[in-house]
Parts: sequence; C-alpha cells; structure tokens
Amino acid sequence: MEPVRIPPFESFYAEHKDPVFAHLRRLLGSGADDAFQETFLRALRAYPELRHGRHLRAWVFTIATRVAIDETRRTRPRGDLPELAVEDGLPPHAELGPLTDDLPPKERAAVVLRYGFDLPYDEIAAALGSSEDAARQAASSGVRRLRERSKQS
Amino acid sequence: MINVSPELDTRFRAAAAAEGLLDVAYDVVESPVGELFVGVSDRGLCVISYEADPDLQVERLARGFGSRVLRSPRPVDPARRQLDEYFAGKRKRFDLDVDLRLARDFGRTVLEELGRVPFGEVTTYGALAAKAGKPKAARAVGTIMNRNPIPIVLPCHRVVGANGSLVGYAGGLERKQTLLRLEGALLA
Repeated sequence: MEPVRIPPFESFYAEHKDPVFAHLRRLLGSGADDAFQETFLRALRAYPELRHGRHLRAWVFTIATRVAIDETRRTRPRGDLPELAVEDGLPPHAELGPLTDDLPPKERAAVVLRYGFDLPYDEIAAALGSSEDAARQAASSGVRRLRERSKQS
Repeated sequence: MINVSPELDTRFRAAAAAEGLLDVAYDVVESPVGELFVGVSDRGLCVISYEADPDLQVERLARGFGSRVLRSPRPVDPARRQLDEYFAGKRKRFDLDVDLRLARDFGRTVLEELGRVPFGEVTTYGALAAKAGKPKAARAVGTIMNRNPIPIVLPCHRVVGANGSLVGYAGGLERKQTLLRLEGALLA
C-alpha cells in the first residue's frame, strides 16, 4: 500500500477534535474537558513517531479511550465498587480497566468499550477503525480470554 | 453532537506550546499592510508571510520544520508586540531571534547581511551582494529577497535598484512603498 502522508498537526487536530470530544463525553460525561486536553497532548508527544498517516482516527480514539480509563481509575479509587446503574452518565467501567490490562490492545479496547462504557458496536468499530464484525469479534474473543483466565486462577 | 468549546480549544493550544511540544506555533497578526501569518519555532521567528491563508503556510512549515505545527498565539506574542510597535512608529530595530535554518550558504549570508540594513535607509541589490562577498551576484540577491522567509523583520523592502527604482517586492510594490514611507525613506 502507498504510504499515506502524515498531515500537519493542525489539520489532524481540526479534523478529529470534535469526534474525539464527543467520544470522551460519552465515556466520561461532563468530566471530559481534562481528558480531551490530555488526549491531544499525548497525541502530540507521539506524533513524531508515526510512520504513516493511515488509521489516524483509530489511533487517536485509542489514545482517548486509554485516557478515559486512566481518568476513571484516578477519580474512582480501586476497591471502591462502581455502581451497577448508570449514574450521572458515568457507566460502570472502572473495574474493567485493571482487569483487562494484559489483553491484546484491540480486544481490551473492545471489551472496555462494550461492557464498561456500553457503546454500541458501530461506535466501537469507529473507535477501533475496524468493521462492526471485527469489533464484535474482538470483544467476544477478549471475553473468552478473560473467562479462560478466571478458570485457571 | 457537542463540539469542543472555544475555551477548551484555546486551553489545549496554550498547553501544547507551554509543554514545548510544537515544531512551529503560528498566529495571524493584524497590521496596516494586511494580515500577516507569523510563525515561531523553538529557535525563534521562522516565518512572516503576506499570504495569510493558513493551510498553505501550515503545509509548507510542516515540510520544513516538522509536522507539529499548531496555531497557538502565546509564543507569537513577542513578535506581535514588536510588529505593532514598528507600525506605530515606536520601534526602529527588532529585537527577536530568527530561525534561518532552511536558508543555506550564500542565501543565508545575504539574509544575515540584510538584517543589518538600518531603519529608514535603503541599499541596492548590488551593494548587498558585495557585502555578502559576491559583488556580481545582484540578480541572485534579487531572488533571495523575493523568497525572504521573514519580510519586515529582515527588511528586504529596504533593497532597491541601482537607479533608485523600487524594482519589486514579494508582497507587492504597494506594501514596499508603505513600509518605506513609514520609515521616512520615501518622500510622498
């Protein structure tokens, strides 16, 4: 495949800032502002390491999701069991972060987005930059892996 | 869909510059000779352009200085302030670091010499060529002036033909006249 040129950061930011912010609002509610800034600062730090301009949307959505997980962990200390009911628009995803730490990144993101944040598969697909089927598959194989692991331990 | 608020956008742009993560920070500066596109790298002022359409400039800067080009007003403030003072007739010398890393060899020597042509005076293409060590290179100096990355601060408007004609200016002759008139180097 032809290498896709990496756009100037200004163009990248202009194109993705609103969808990323909407994604973070879904994940974190009104606390999305700090996560937004952190997401694009992380993107800026990693930008010179990019080798090509493909999948930039998936790339920045993955960063945003990771920031949201960190943010939730920070604001809800471990051991503090998350509410099962959605409260203040905050879904119960705090526990899934640490539990899924050693899943492959794509499966981890799919599991957290599906079962932690309750996103529909079309949005997970958009976040991962893959098809809906692939997102569904990543989530189910992630869950299978978690189940096998819990049997072993 | 809820979009990013202007406040949050401003906050991110400021943070990006404050953390030193930008190859070039730029902004658009108002002036009596039109909007100026002004860019600053970690080494100093690297571009002033009369072509204020940011997209074109941003692409060019990304190729020359690195992909992390972002509009962020704060780093541009010192240049903005000095340009304002210059246009208000309150400043005769710019006290700004310039980043000429894209200029090479003779081009760079000429631009450095150009920076020493004082306010309110004019020189000629030939004289500047001689100062840069190549007395016969007046034409080459013309080309270098035409591509001057930092006009106004590197005062290519002060370079005229041997017969005193204004010759040309990348920003248009009208701007050259305005600048020389502002400096009192041109009567009427």
